[in-house]
Amino acid sequence: MNNLDHLYREIIMEHYKNPRNQGLVDNQDYKSNRIKNPSCGDDITIQVLVEDGVVKDVKQEATGCSISVASASVLTELVIGKTVEEAKKIVDTYINMVTDKAFDESVDLEEAAVFSGVKKFPARIKCASIAWVAFKDSLE
Amino acid sequence: MKQNPWKKDFPQLNNQLHYFDSAATSLKPTSVIEQVNYYNQQLSSNINRGMYYESQKATELYEEARETIAKFIHADLNEVVFTRGTTSSLNMVARSFGLNHLHPGDEILTSELEHHSSILPWQYVAHKTGAKLQYIPLSDEGKVTLESFEAAINDKTKVVVINHVSNVMGYVTPIKEMVAIAHEYGAIVVVDGAQAIQHIEVDVKSLDADFYAFSGHKMLGPTGIGVLYGKSDLLDDMEPLEYGGDMALDVMKQQFSWKESPTKFEAGTMPIASVIGLKAAVEYLQNTGIDNIHEYSKNLYDYFIDKIKDIKDIEFYNKSSDTFMFTFNLKNVPSHDAISYFSEKHIALRAGQHCAKLIHDFLGIHSSLRGTIYFYNTYEDVDFLVETLIEAIDYFKKLGF
Repeated sequence: MNNLDHLYREIIMEHYKNPRNQGLVDNQDYKSNRIKNPSCGDDITIQVLVEDGVVKDVKQEATGCSISVASASVLTELVIGKTVEEAKKIVDTYINMVTDKAFDESVDLEEAAVFSGVKKFPARIKCASIAWVAFKDSLE
Repeated sequence: MKQNPWKKDFPQLNNQLHYFDSAATSLKPTSVIEQVNYYNQQLSSNINRGMYYESQKATELYEEARETIAKFIHADLNEVVFTRGTTSSLNMVARSFGLNHLHPGDEILTSELEHHSSILPWQYVAHKTGAKLQYIPLSDEGKVTLESFEAAINDKTKVVVINHVSNVMGYVTPIKEMVAIAHEYGAIVVVDGAQAIQHIEVDVKSLDADFYAFSGHKMLGPTGIGVLYGKSDLLDDMEPLEYGGDMALDVMKQQFSWKESPTKFEAGTMPIASVIGLKAAVEYLQNTGIDNIHEYSKNLYDYFIDKIKDIKDIEFYNKSSDTFMFTFNLKNVPSHDAISYFSEKHIALRAGQHCAKLIHDFLGIHSSLRGTIYFYNTYEDVDFLVETLIEAIDYFKKLGF
């Protein structure tokens, strides 16, 4: 597999075409965080509902390239139902993976593991991490 | 097929790189690199201060650069101010001239075709002064036309901020005619020349522009150096934005005075090596001939357009580009997905909004791919680009885009 094939995995294309937990809710209990990247035009909003230290729900609305849209979608599925501490750990692990740093391989990234191909494309790291950063900010 | 006589002058152009991102920054010829190195290796010293050979030689070269550039754009010496680049030049006009001359009710006229470095400083001035920022309606093609400009300008217009060449569409704006109209209304015209100076002859006197800004790094020169041309009466009337070394005439405990333009705008130690490098860049352009550069680039651009005319699934936004800039998307493929395919093939293009969001809004697109053909590109570069375009369309289609 060449670098590009490693980047454009089937799971990513599937999430790009059918993003999960898409659409924002008008509910004050959700913490909302919008990040825009003016250099590429990406515009991503993440809404998080936390109850008793558990991520109960995540909604997302993402405009951008396939990597940013799919990574937002994969994120929501991965973190719903996790505790805030677990979710933070998952985000840190994921960010380390896509930035080609050492990461804790005992943390199960499930489908998000397919984004490991991003590390060969430094210019795309932002695409793959923008939703994740927005999500983690919402937990603080 | 014509051999490219200039490619050898650009050491970065090895067989691997196909460089189509000249609108973002141009490559540098050996003569520029050598002049920058000459200063750094043999002349490092400050200008206007040292009493020894190196300093005097550096000062001489620095002022010779101003002379070379002044002649290149047909300006007087005191009208050529060195800045960090076009952005700095445009900000200087907005902050030093704009903030001090605009009042509530005044209007600033610009267009959605502008680079953010034209729009944002004047948006700031508008907010600070109570002036209004107005936009010249664009034609269907996204052009600023004389007709729409004449319809938009009025007695309240005090400043017109406009590009000479658009950094997304590559259109040449009819600056000379617009300046004449603006002056009838008593408005001054600030021209963003960042995409023009490397492609077409710029004569600020003939254009009669009040301010004209450009960057060294888009015209074969080093980064970190640019020029603000301003009519001398306007520059005389402007206050410096930075106070410090070398710009002051006399300093007392409670007050100070400053020197004339351009020195009053060049406080502190300027990027001397870059200024000297810029001189070499202008000389390279003069020796090569802007007309020859234009003609070669045009022929190669026409060759490119002819090769892609039958390729489906490319959305082209500026078929009537005047400066060999081509802005497009692969159908259904976000620009940042497409760009990765090209970068894997060592083809340098740009993806995104190119610091010009409003024109993307106007076109109704999220972002775009942009390339530029310049005189150091070869027919082989273009063949490889077209081949890769066709491959990329196929690749993304198979992925399901």
